[in-house]
Amino acid sequence: MVLVLALGDLHVPHRAADLPPKFKSMLVPGKIQHIICTGNLCIKEIHDYLKTICPDLHIVRGEFDEDARYPENKTLTIGQFKLGLCHGHQVIPWGDLDSLAMLQRQLDVDILVTGHTHQFTAYKHEGGVVINPGSATGAYSSINQEVNPSFVLMDIDGLRVVVYVYELIDGEVKVDKIDFKKTSTSNSAP
Amino acid sequence: MRPLAGVEDEEKWLAEGIAGIQHNAFFMHRALDANNLREVLKYSALMLSELRTSKLSPQKYYDLYMRAFDQLRQLEIFFKDESRHGLPVVDLYELVQHAGNILPRMYLLCTVGSVYIKSKQAPSKDVLKDLVEMCRGVQHPIRGLFLRSYLAQVSRDKLPEIGSDYEGDANTVMDAVEFVLQNFTEMNKLWVRIQHQGPGTVREKQEKERNELRDLVGKNLHVLGQIEGVDLEMYKETVLPRVLEQVVNCKDELAQYYLMECIIQVFPDEYHLQTLETLLAACTQLMPTVDTKIVLTQLMDRLSNYAASSPDVLHEFLQVEAFAKLSNAIGKVIDTQLEMPIVGAMTLFVSLLTFTLRVHPDRLDYVDQVLGACVVKLSSLPKLEDARAMKQVVALLSAPLEKYSDIVTALTLSNYPRVMDHLDDGTNKVMAMLIIQSIMKNDSCISTADKVEVLFELIKGLIKDLDGTDMEELDEEDFQEEQNSVARLIHMLDNEEPEEMLKIICVVRKHLMTGGPRRLPFTVPPLIFSALRLVRQLESQGGDITGEDVPATPRKIFQILNQTIEVLSSVPCPELALRLYLQCAEAASDCDLEPVAYEFFTQAFILYEEEIADSKAQVTAIHLIVGTLQRINVFGVENRDTLTHKATGYSARLLKKPDQCRAVYACSHLFWVDDLDGIKDGERALLCLRRALRIANAAQQMANATRGSSGPVTLFVEILNKYIYFFEKGNPHITPSDIQSLVELINNEMQSDNGNTTIHSDPFFTSTLRYIRFQKQKGGLMGDKYDLIKL
Repeated sequence: MVLVLALGDLHVPHRAADLPPKFKSMLVPGKIQHIICTGNLCIKEIHDYLKTICPDLHIVRGEFDEDARYPENKTLTIGQFKLGLCHGHQVIPWGDLDSLAMLQRQLDVDILVTGHTHQFTAYKHEGGVVINPGSATGAYSSINQEVNPSFVLMDIDGLRVVVYVYELIDGEVKVDKIDFKKTSTSNSAP
Repeated sequence: MRPLAGVEDEEKWLAEGIAGIQHNAFFMHRALDANNLREVLKYSALMLSELRTSKLSPQKYYDLYMRAFDQLRQLEIFFKDESRHGLPVVDLYELVQHAGNILPRMYLLCTVGSVYIKSKQAPSKDVLKDLVEMCRGVQHPIRGLFLRSYLAQVSRDKLPEIGSDYEGDANTVMDAVEFVLQNFTEMNKLWVRIQHQGPGTVREKQEKERNELRDLVGKNLHVLGQIEGVDLEMYKETVLPRVLEQVVNCKDELAQYYLMECIIQVFPDEYHLQTLETLLAACTQLMPTVDTKIVLTQLMDRLSNYAASSPDVLHEFLQVEAFAKLSNAIGKVIDTQLEMPIVGAMTLFVSLLTFTLRVHPDRLDYVDQVLGACVVKLSSLPKLEDARAMKQVVALLSAPLEKYSDIVTALTLSNYPRVMDHLDDGTNKVMAMLIIQSIMKNDSCISTADKVEVLFELIKGLIKDLDGTDMEELDEEDFQEEQNSVARLIHMLDNEEPEEMLKIICVVRKHLMTGGPRRLPFTVPPLIFSALRLVRQLESQGGDITGEDVPATPRKIFQILNQTIEVLSSVPCPELALRLYLQCAEAASDCDLEPVAYEFFTQAFILYEEEIADSKAQVTAIHLIVGTLQRINVFGVENRDTLTHKATGYSARLLKKPDQCRAVYACSHLFWVDDLDGIKDGERALLCLRRALRIANAAQQMANATRGSSGPVTLFVEILNKYIYFFEKGNPHITPSDIQSLVELINNEMQSDNGNTTIHSDPFFTSTLRYIRFQKQKGGLMGDKYDLIKL
């Protein structure tokens, strides 16, 4: 059982003062093995804060990020799964699942994690799973009218991944979960 | 004056003294066993003569004294039992006065006196009066103190208190009090006589010795506090004034400090409250070297605890006007003690404020008063430079923040900003950061423009360069932290009423604009997004709201936004400004304001053309422009055409061919929007894809020419995916054969490598083909569509 925290689009301090206190109290150091971040933190203080939750932090560049050295996209392997990470402002039309599927094929990954729309989605298509953890602070978005703060926790166990989404709605944290199973160990034929 | 002795000498003398006591005690015991009164008196006197020494320090003398004390207990038992010595106690009392030297005489007399009182053959008060006066015969400080201490010890349970066995007539308590007061007064006089004179080390030693003796004096006050029948009235009329008289008149710094502390600790808090004026008056009359701050702080701490003990107590405080009295006393102390350094005065104010916050937290006028007094004091100085005093001022300002978790309360204190003005620039910023941290920690929300104005005045050290700030000194990281804190603060300013919210935004804007080019990149974005949130709120509420000066309409807000983003050109930061213009454009589109949205796009394009030269930055900027434009549906045909034409043109002119290719095929989406009434111009979409293809080919040729081998087929596969995308969406201009040809093209590219026959595999291509096959076997309309594609 490997726990992976996926979150992004915090937009601190441009659009939000900080993570919601209820989220902060849940994100305890030492419980999570990896963090993948879709970008738009935007400042080093948030980077450092995430590092205290888990030192294995993977992050890609959002268009408002202060640090221009984050990569445009990143791939990594966790257990039996190949994960791809990209902020999403590079994929036009924004939030379009077919275009994201193309990126997924291009990166050759089982799970693609992107952001930018500030809207949680978890979608299974022919090539794999596309997950958007939304905005962890509920930041303003020109794309999405009503944003609730949200983040995702993935539990990777063998060929199965359980995706837990945590959303802050009207001051209460609501949790939902979705199961995905890989059909084989490798997606691309030699 | 005692000769300066070495430790070994003192040990020797002590040993000699102890030996002397033991020697004579031995014979005394023999005489006791024989009931031989004459011998008992002889040897007890000899034994007590050891206490006549003047060579020992207080610690050592105490040792000797205790041994004698133990022996005197035995003696008392003997004296009590008339059957053993045959003398009535009255006569015994007379007899012991014949002892040769006064010190042994007095010890014996006190011992017999104790028996005399117990026998009740004379009133307690008379015997005690006699004894306390006769002790005057011993004027040597250490010997006198221990003698009187002995008197106090043996008399303790024989005072004529109310309810005791020795209760006298109507004035009985007064008699007990009178006795203790007199003993106290004499002991203090003796104590004070051990002056610290002489050079440094001698003084230190003497000071130490004085401290060792102080509890002997203080004990009397404890007794006074415990006497049955001493009520508030008596305390007020007699006890306190007499004690204070001695304290003030002795003019001894050590004594005054110790005794004031004693008084405060020994007597009940409600007594202090009722005698506050007297007590404080004494404080102002103490020697200037006495640390009155600590005394006053102790008093206020006790009173604070008392106030906290029960809610009924509070009205007592108001009745005696405790705050006013303390406030005045402190003012007086500060004014009269001119040599008191500023840090001392500030410490006093901190103590007073702590008291006020604990006892009268709801009286903001009191709190403000304390701050006001502080301002007056600070204004009397040219400039505050002492770091410790500065620290105290910070503590003073932090106290209300901690007490009142709602920052708005602290903001109503009119003297608060005035105190802050006296801090130096560095400390002022530290304080401003503390204020912001307090707001963030308590999740406070400041919701009126007036309060925001006050707040931004307070933190002005962070908002702009104060006069005399040396910008060179600023540490970059610290500066960023400061500015990011200000940025975060902006999100804590909120009001549901759009009118008020707009006022708040205008106030904030006014302040931020004074920040200068270094600060604007940090502070402008949160202001922009705060305003965009307001616009969205107005839109969803469906209408404009007319206000007084600035009506809260989206149009008006967009004007403000435009002017604000413009200011960023002074920094300059074109990339940030471009992003903000695009955000505003999309928001304007959602409000159906076509000309406003067009204006924002124009500004963005101008920035792109004129300011963004870095090729990587250009790529991102183009994607943001295209991505935003793709979503906007407010434009009429003409405007839309102009903008898409420009966007496509920029895309084709990016520096690197792969970037060009990707940007151009991204533009294809400008002509096809998947919404119900979105544009669906299949032809122009395809044109983009074809153009992208040409660029990809050119890129391939370039790779051949420069590196001698073909580059990766990625671009072609990306374009293929786009063909598939539009094919699925139903673009009539994309045929299955188009797709087939593209697949063949890619296959060829992969195989042709200067005749190299190894076939590379490309996972992207493979998964794309796999997708096509997947769609083919789907069945239904999609399956039919794909069926026509032959692989």
